[in-house]
Amino acid sequence: MTELKFINDVNSNYKDELTSCRDGFGETLVELAKDNQDIVALSADLTESTRVEDFAKKFPERFIEVGVAEQNMAGIAAGLAISGKIPFITSYAVFSPGRNWDQIRVSICYSKSNVKIIGAHAGISVGADGATHQGLEDMAITRVLPNLVVLCPADKIETQKAVIEAVKHHGPVYIRFGREKTSQLTVNSSPFKIGKGFEILHGTDVTIIACGAMLARSLNAIEKLNGSLSVGLINMPSIKPIDKELIIDVAKNTGAIVTAEEHQITGGLGSAVAEVLSESVPTPIIRVGMLDRFGESGEPNLLMDHYGMGVDDIIAAVKRAHKLKNAS
Amino acid sequence: MMNVNQLQIKANEIRQSIIEMLLEAGSGHSAGSLGMADVFTALYFEVLKIDPSKPNNPNRDRLVLSCGHICPVLYATLAHRGFFGRNELKTLRKFGSNLQGHPHIGSLPGIETTSGPLAQGLSQAIGMALAANLNDQDYQTYAILSDGEHNEGQLWEAIMFAVKNRLHNLTTIIDRNNIQIDGYTEDVMPLEPLAEKYRAFNWHVLEVDGHNINEIISSLRHARAVFEKPTVIIAHTIPGKGVDFMENDYHWHGKAPSSKEAQTAIKEIRSLKGAIKSEHD
Repeated sequence: MTELKFINDVNSNYKDELTSCRDGFGETLVELAKDNQDIVALSADLTESTRVEDFAKKFPERFIEVGVAEQNMAGIAAGLAISGKIPFITSYAVFSPGRNWDQIRVSICYSKSNVKIIGAHAGISVGADGATHQGLEDMAITRVLPNLVVLCPADKIETQKAVIEAVKHHGPVYIRFGREKTSQLTVNSSPFKIGKGFEILHGTDVTIIACGAMLARSLNAIEKLNGSLSVGLINMPSIKPIDKELIIDVAKNTGAIVTAEEHQITGGLGSAVAEVLSESVPTPIIRVGMLDRFGESGEPNLLMDHYGMGVDDIIAAVKRAHKLKNAS
Repeated sequence: MMNVNQLQIKANEIRQSIIEMLLEAGSGHSAGSLGMADVFTALYFEVLKIDPSKPNNPNRDRLVLSCGHICPVLYATLAHRGFFGRNELKTLRKFGSNLQGHPHIGSLPGIETTSGPLAQGLSQAIGMALAANLNDQDYQTYAILSDGEHNEGQLWEAIMFAVKNRLHNLTTIIDRNNIQIDGYTEDVMPLEPLAEKYRAFNWHVLEVDGHNINEIISSLRHARAVFEKPTVIIAHTIPGKGVDFMENDYHWHGKAPSSKEAQTAIKEIRSLKGAIKSEHD
């Protein structure tokens, strides 16, 4: 097996170490709130599953239960933020930003309110709950909002960094992550910055740009290709602002791009990369993601594979992108 | 401090500014803006603890205009109260103006939130009232709501929440003028019995004549003294108040006067509908 040369630190044992992004969120929020009295958390009747339960127990005076009312939650958070607080609104991605998009647009983004939006249970890996609860459009509807930062961390450690950076950033931030545990690929020393992507592997034939749960799958795909193609890998947790410089750089180097995200292929990471490259270095791009369909109930990994977000789908996309490059 | 007669005169000056602004803008919402001039005058010239020279004072009372479309009355009142120059009023809705078609936070001193899409204001006012409790501050937060706005589900989410959290530092005032864009509220989506609905949600409910300055002031003072509950003041108003041809006609909800109409309107406002005979053309 070909040895991979990692450019930034990663956990080579990633496949065996599964961690939870939502745990990372909940634990970090509590840690930050110990020193920062301005942090408040709001829940829309999903306190346990979004992992704000611990915060609610430790800081009951700063925890606000709004009931199943995501629109009101967004508005209350805006009012708190205008008054100097740093509110975290927590729910599933399908409900927030799904049901309260207008409130997020006007009360939060246009007003530049310092509200942090946590969209848990994003992606098809929600599994058994079925299509209604699988948030696959959230990055598309948030990415179009001015003033909003959109983050899609890959694993627990990266989620912790995202939460810390979100508090440091004055202004609205959306952070999305899934329900299932994901491979712990990044390590504490891995870089993380709003607006930046990070090269994990350098390649010359094709570069994969991935976010969230698809990052580890992409690395797995590269390992399986076993050196038959020289494939680069970019971790792109910052969907907006997106790292144009890095995208242009790797497009120039490899001339073929694959994007991988647990989201509809329209409007998310793949679209963001295509927007950058079509205006600078037109490059063949194959997008791996949900193919404009709704999901269904099932076991998370099975759903990922069935709906075109499996390791084999990434391998096929890499080969297609390579072929497209050579055809042009 | 002004007496009631002086406040009434101030309200009519604000009405006159509203007509002038809308004429200049060529679009905007006449009826609700005119109808709420007395309530805004009572709030900004008598009740609110505010200082135009310190618009960001952390202990100031907050006023959130949830029904952002009646912002001409808010802009005119703020200018008359000295938050910014009256000469700015005629830039309403124009390119580069601080007086956006719907209010935007940060654009002008005294504007506390961004509003326009209906029903978002009460939630934000709740956030401000909660922040006052968290910070141990004793400012009062006011939210101005329209009646038509009660069609929105978000408002009822907020109405339930305010009671759950016993936000006695929150007062809402409803502009009950019975009209919305498509017609009379009771035809578009019946709201009555509105007071009973609020009572059933466990709010403290007051009803006032929205053009009786004394009544408005005493109900606002009363609301401040209520503990354990938020208060709603249902202010019965005449849309287009002060201008005969606009009064109670829902077509004036979202329309601005032509220059001829504005001339007639201003004459009516200045002469108190002909009561003052010395007014010349």
